Amino acid sequence: MIDIVDLVKQFPGTARPAVDRLTLSIPDGEVCVLIGPSGCGKTTTMRIINRMIEADAGIVRVGGRDIMQVDTVTLRRSIGYVIQHVGLFPHWTIAENVATVPRLLGWTEARTEARTDELLVMVGMDPSTYRDRFPRELSGGQKQRVGFARALAADPPLMLMDEPFGAIDPITRGRLQDEFLKILRALRKTIVFVTHDIDEAIKMGDRIAILKDGALLQYDTPERVLAEPANSFVSAFVGADRALKRLSPIACATVAVPFAGVAPAQSIDGTASLRDALALMLETGEDVLAVRSGDQWTGVVTLAAIRARTVSHRSHESAPPISAP
Amino acid sequence: MLLIDAWQFIVAHPGRFLNALGTHVALSAAALTLAVAIALPVGIWISGTGRAAMAAITTANIGRTLPSLAVLALVMPVLGTGFAPSLFALTLLAMPPILLNTYTAIQQVEPDVVDAARGMGMTRAEIMRKVELPLAAPIIFAGIRTAAVQVVSGAVLAAYIGGGGLGDFITAGIAMMALPQLLVGAIPATLLSIGTDQLFGWLQRAMIPRGLAS
Repeated sequence: MIDIVDLVKQFPGTARPAVDRLTLSIPDGEVCVLIGPSGCGKTTTMRIINRMIEADAGIVRVGGRDIMQVDTVTLRRSIGYVIQHVGLFPHWTIAENVATVPRLLGWTEARTEARTDELLVMVGMDPSTYRDRFPRELSGGQKQRVGFARALAADPPLMLMDEPFGAIDPITRGRLQDEFLKILRALRKTIVFVTHDIDEAIKMGDRIAILKDGALLQYDTPERVLAEPANSFVSAFVGADRALKRLSPIACATVAVPFAGVAPAQSIDGTASLRDALALMLETGEDVLAVRSGDQWTGVVTLAAIRARTVSHRSHESAPPISAP
Repeated sequence: MLLIDAWQFIVAHPGRFLNALGTHVALSAAALTLAVAIALPVGIWISGTGRAAMAAITTANIGRTLPSLAVLALVMPVLGTGFAPSLFALTLLAMPPILLNTYTAIQQVEPDVVDAARGMGMTRAEIMRKVELPLAAPIIFAGIRTAAVQVVSGAVLAAYIGGGGLGDFITAGIAMMALPQLLVGAIPATLLSIGTDQLFGWLQRAMIPRGLAS
């Protein structure tokens, strides 16, 4: 779907390239998270894809087409675009904001209106309540819901999302991550997602590309990035608690074994992560938790099973960066 | 007593009065229209440039500090006297506030909003027409309001270079120490300025986009 080959971009007056011979391939329908410290080139790379920034060298192909062969306006209208501060048009209603790209594309009024209502429902904003409101009447989370709907309006196969939850409070952020991910998966969108938050990357990404100084250090699934960091920078970047992080994307239901023996004193929902299960075990002193699906107990998850998931498969583990006690 | 004398002067010379009033309004309206027609596009154009903006803004700032009478006086040796030189001078006076406000208003549109507009595939012209200008409109109109009041008051001075208007009565009144005649010029000119300010203030409020009104 997206092929990036030997991409180079150096801004005038800077000592080194922002993007330095980056090569990356993102399959259809996957969420690729670009992550790294400030100045690593993640946002620059993303913005080159819809030509908000022009590269100095290298090739970017979207759906097999070289982006330089497509005129910028046509290209951008075919790619969803979500930014941290949303950038809703304050003088337009919510419905008009969502209808931005359909109107640019000259859709009929009826089709645009139907699509707008459909999207507002999808992002959890009741159309009859919000259609005619203005952006200043919305909370930060609601604004980003509208921003997301606006980006999806013309059903682009590719979405670029630049720290979409960066300015949102932690509780709302968690809920939006879950909801947006569900929508993106259901619609089979290909996503380039920029963040500096490793937990968000692990949660949202099918693959994580870790960048530093414009170069790609590792491009792997979240599990492999956590289990087998490519070098000491990556292992420091994902954090000393990466063993715990590895538990975050795993749902209890997926490791539950059939229930046998004495009924456990505590239970946990099957959709909760192993990290939550471990926390509950530490808190209650239990080694075994029942796994619930609705009101039904479907199995148990054990401390031993959790430990098995955190032990690295690598034989030559590099020393984790822990300071001396 | 003076007011009654002034009123009687108008009743005695209705043609002269209406003629002067008409010239005053025509001169002001023409100068303002010309200034908008020039300064608005220039303001829009320089909002997208760096160097041209600096030059234009420096010029406009200097222009804004010049006394109205000085501008009229500077024009006279070059263009002579009459309606046209007055129009030229008043247009010059009206341009700086319009130009500066247009530039500032467009600069002040939130960068995130413009970035979103670009990223969604609006052309440069679409961004200007659909996003930047509507959001900049209240501040641009504030500039036009300032210019309008300046032109209407400045037009009084046009009498000094033969431009006509209500200033004729004032200059004549001063020259002949005829106070009623002076008031025939001064009072309507003052009312005209206040009225212009009110009218443009109302227009300015009407230009605030609905989503931004509080």
